[in-house]
Amino acid sequence: MIDSILHLLWTVIKIVAILLPLIISVAYLTLAERKVIGAMQVRVGPNRVGWKGLGQPFADMFKLMTKEVIIPTNSSRFLFLTAPILSLAPALAAWAVVPFDDGLVLADLNAGLLYILAMTSIGVYGVIIAGWASNSKYAFLGAMRSAAQIVAYEIAMGFALIGVLMVAGSLNLGDIVRAQSGGFFSWFLIPLLPLAVVYFISGVAETNRAPFDVAEGESEIVAGFHVDYSGMAFAVFFLAEYANMIMIAALTAIMFLGGWLSPIDGFGDGIHWFLIKTAFCLFLFLWFRATFPRYRYDQIMRLGWKIFIPVTIVWIAVVGFAVYFELGPWFQIRANGI
Amino acid sequence: MTGSLKDYVKTFALWELLKGMSLTGKYFVSKGITIQYPEEKTPQSHRFRGLHALRRYPNGEERCIACKLCEAVCPALAITIDSEQRDDNTRRTTRYDIDLFKCIFCGFCEEACPVDSIVETRIFEYHFENRGEQIMTKDKLLAIGDKYEDQIAADRAADSAFR
Repeated sequence: MIDSILHLLWTVIKIVAILLPLIISVAYLTLAERKVIGAMQVRVGPNRVGWKGLGQPFADMFKLMTKEVIIPTNSSRFLFLTAPILSLAPALAAWAVVPFDDGLVLADLNAGLLYILAMTSIGVYGVIIAGWASNSKYAFLGAMRSAAQIVAYEIAMGFALIGVLMVAGSLNLGDIVRAQSGGFFSWFLIPLLPLAVVYFISGVAETNRAPFDVAEGESEIVAGFHVDYSGMAFAVFFLAEYANMIMIAALTAIMFLGGWLSPIDGFGDGIHWFLIKTAFCLFLFLWFRATFPRYRYDQIMRLGWKIFIPVTIVWIAVVGFAVYFELGPWFQIRANGI
Repeated sequence: MTGSLKDYVKTFALWELLKGMSLTGKYFVSKGITIQYPEEKTPQSHRFRGLHALRRYPNGEERCIACKLCEAVCPALAITIDSEQRDDNTRRTTRYDIDLFKCIFCGFCEEACPVDSIVETRIFEYHFENRGEQIMTKDKLLAIGDKYEDQIAADRAADSAFR
């Protein structure tokens, strides 16, 4: 009895140890975004709150927390308030299986990859329910767009991950990283380059980030699915979006960039490499947003269905062939499993 | 055929996207050009045309002789002048109003003035808190002139070769 309580307590402590840094990173990612995009547009970005603007995320947070949460009269009250939680919870829950370092993982699931796919897919319900419960045309349009987009890119994303699990021979994220040991040239980025590119771009589309942010097209549908949200409810959506971004960046780091492994074989592996790689992927997110204009809706659909899915299918066939015949420097050992 | 093949290769290598990203990347590492305004300021020309002022002669007599050339030349009709003959038979203004909401800061009044009385100073940071405060009366203009006479005189001297 006491054992199970202690176990529960220990798990809760571990969860807090993951979520607290995550939420702080979300806060500072918003600042980093404004700073990076500012620099790319030859501006400065926020620099008034605290030293070099480092207090800005907290100022934003306090502002949003003290604001009123307006619930539209004709909205479905229960769903309206459930939607933000529905979009945030999976984004946080997915972190359970992310290995930060060798063995440093909350739940070492054998089907970790499937769990990740399931969790990231649930997130879209938050968006759809938010759009529907608001009882607003714009919110509904945004939700529809977002749903169609996520459905389209989920497939390409899944296919890209099939390539990873074929080469790694495992669904466990830790094993996937361990399968990439042996320095930079053993990372899956090289043999699976097309899949890595497709995965990352699909990830950008999944999180509704620029240039795929039609779900919140400010110019046409005001703000998309969260147009009627205010105060903390809005902040929770924001939190979910950025948590998802960090999630996608971390997964890219794990599946294609060798997670906690150092680029030089066996030289200083550790959590710092995981963090550096994740930060680099996040920087790419911001770089994309500063560079590319928004895709038109039909272009998004064309890219998802007519380019990414065929490309991934072709590359899955190539990888399948290579793994079956144990070709090259990359596909030999791993086909036997770890 | 070779052209379309080249296009295919370029498309799949994300060539255009990388070109765009290299541009934004270049700006990301380049040095910023922002002036942090209230702490830092851009350099000003001595010909800067800001808030108006009326000047005085060193003996304290106001320069304006109510010739109304500024009123006539003002393209925005922002200047209103009334005048009288004083006891010493000189003509002086009784009213000299500039409506700053109408004024376009073209500097024609300054150019038209035969006695360098109405001038535009370098002051550009000012505000109004009540309706009607935008009318710069003769007293206000003279007060500005008295306060900034040193700088006004220095600016005129610096530009004297071109006037």
